[in-house]
Amino acid sequence: RDLPAQVNRDYLLMDATTPEKDVTSYNNFYEFGLDKSDPSRYAGKMVTDPWSVRVEGEVGKPGTFGLEELLALEPMQERVYRLRCVEGWSMVIPWVGYSLASLLKKVEPTGNAKYVEFVTDMQPDVMPGLRSRVLEWPYREALRMDEAMHPLTLLTFGLYGKVLPNQNGAPVRLVVPWKYGFKSAKSIVAIRVTEQQPTPSWVAVAPQEYGFYANVNPEVRHPRWSQATERRIGEGGFFTPRRPTLMFNGYADQVASLYSGMDLAKNY
Amino acid sequence: MIRSNRLSANQVDAWKPWLLVVCGYPVIRWLYLGWTDGLTANPVEFLTRSSGTWALVALLLTLAVTPVQVALGEPALVRLRRMLGLTAFFYATLHMLSWAGWEHAFGLSGMWNDILERPFVAFGSVAFLIFTILAATSNQWAMKRLNKRWKSLHQWIYGATLAIILHYWLHKAGKNDYADVMVYGAIAVALLAWRVLRKIQYRRRSQA
Repeated sequence: RDLPAQVNRDYLLMDATTPEKDVTSYNNFYEFGLDKSDPSRYAGKMVTDPWSVRVEGEVGKPGTFGLEELLALEPMQERVYRLRCVEGWSMVIPWVGYSLASLLKKVEPTGNAKYVEFVTDMQPDVMPGLRSRVLEWPYREALRMDEAMHPLTLLTFGLYGKVLPNQNGAPVRLVVPWKYGFKSAKSIVAIRVTEQQPTPSWVAVAPQEYGFYANVNPEVRHPRWSQATERRIGEGGFFTPRRPTLMFNGYADQVASLYSGMDLAKNY
Repeated sequence: MIRSNRLSANQVDAWKPWLLVVCGYPVIRWLYLGWTDGLTANPVEFLTRSSGTWALVALLLTLAVTPVQVALGEPALVRLRRMLGLTAFFYATLHMLSWAGWEHAFGLSGMWNDILERPFVAFGSVAFLIFTILAATSNQWAMKRLNKRWKSLHQWIYGATLAIILHYWLHKAGKNDYADVMVYGAIAVALLAWRVLRKIQYRRRSQA
């Protein structure tokens, strides 16, 4: 199904976009299995209609938003973002959505609102991955309030001009382009605004490998591999070299100020 | 226990061309997948992992020759072992080259740092070094030259096997995804344990 959107020229990239076939067939969505091909193979059975998102916690106006309501909240924009996976590969994807800030402002965060947590749906009948103990379920990710309110942070409903395929996190997901891909929670059913820093699923199982911030940073290596370069999916052939990874995935001008004075090697 | 209907050396040798085709199956599969656009969105990673997996499979088959030969009472089967071992070396070489070329563009300092920083790469490198020495001394000439030392040199394959299982285990550690490693690891441990048990049995017998 098409999802019409206005191209937002502030968020265009010179990089060639990754072929749609690759974007929709090479995914990490562990609810469906650990293999990159598992999500496109199994996510078709996920039920995405009806869908609603609970927004709760430190907000003046908590509530449950139906998908139609969310779709109508703001005009849809198309934005082309780089996506950098912590595993060392990257894509360039035209997403469709609007800034998460629009939704957060609507629920009126209180003075105690310091963090925002995102919770992914659990559908045990169709998600074989939930039986594995690789992660703590449901999948949870979180941002600091200023990160969540940043205009780059996209509440996302589509890609390539169509509604999100299930394997890409239908019907609504987050896209935080300056952080490693796992920060961008898929198939979101709850958004919790909190005072205490939440513990994301990856931080809970492997704190030495995955930090709360997970900003793309070529200088801070993963404990088991360098993050200095990346392989751009769909680009060139067998002799195309890896690309150098950019600080904050190339969004340093927009987001570096969020972390001024912070030791990024410590807050990885 | 001498049976008259045992396989002869010539009979086993006649199987070698067929075994060569079987050993080439992964390459044929890669070519087919490449032709039909089946190497996934990340063919570089797919081929790196696939070559590593097939090197391990070939290694386990190599280690299985002796137990199978003893169990069936068919000593001539040992004549297939070298081809299987060289197959393991062949896929390990492709695996190493895909790491060196695709990860590091054959840059020596990058490769060296990788070995120092990542224990799983270090274990893989140690295993490959052993593989290379064993492959280089797998011919008749080296067997004659090394004479009695040949056997003890080639028992290093057990060390290489353990290094490879560790290499695979550590690679999967980040995601707690041990299902595949457990299967290969269990087979490797069983094949090594068979040898240990047999040795103990021999010792007991010679003492008795």
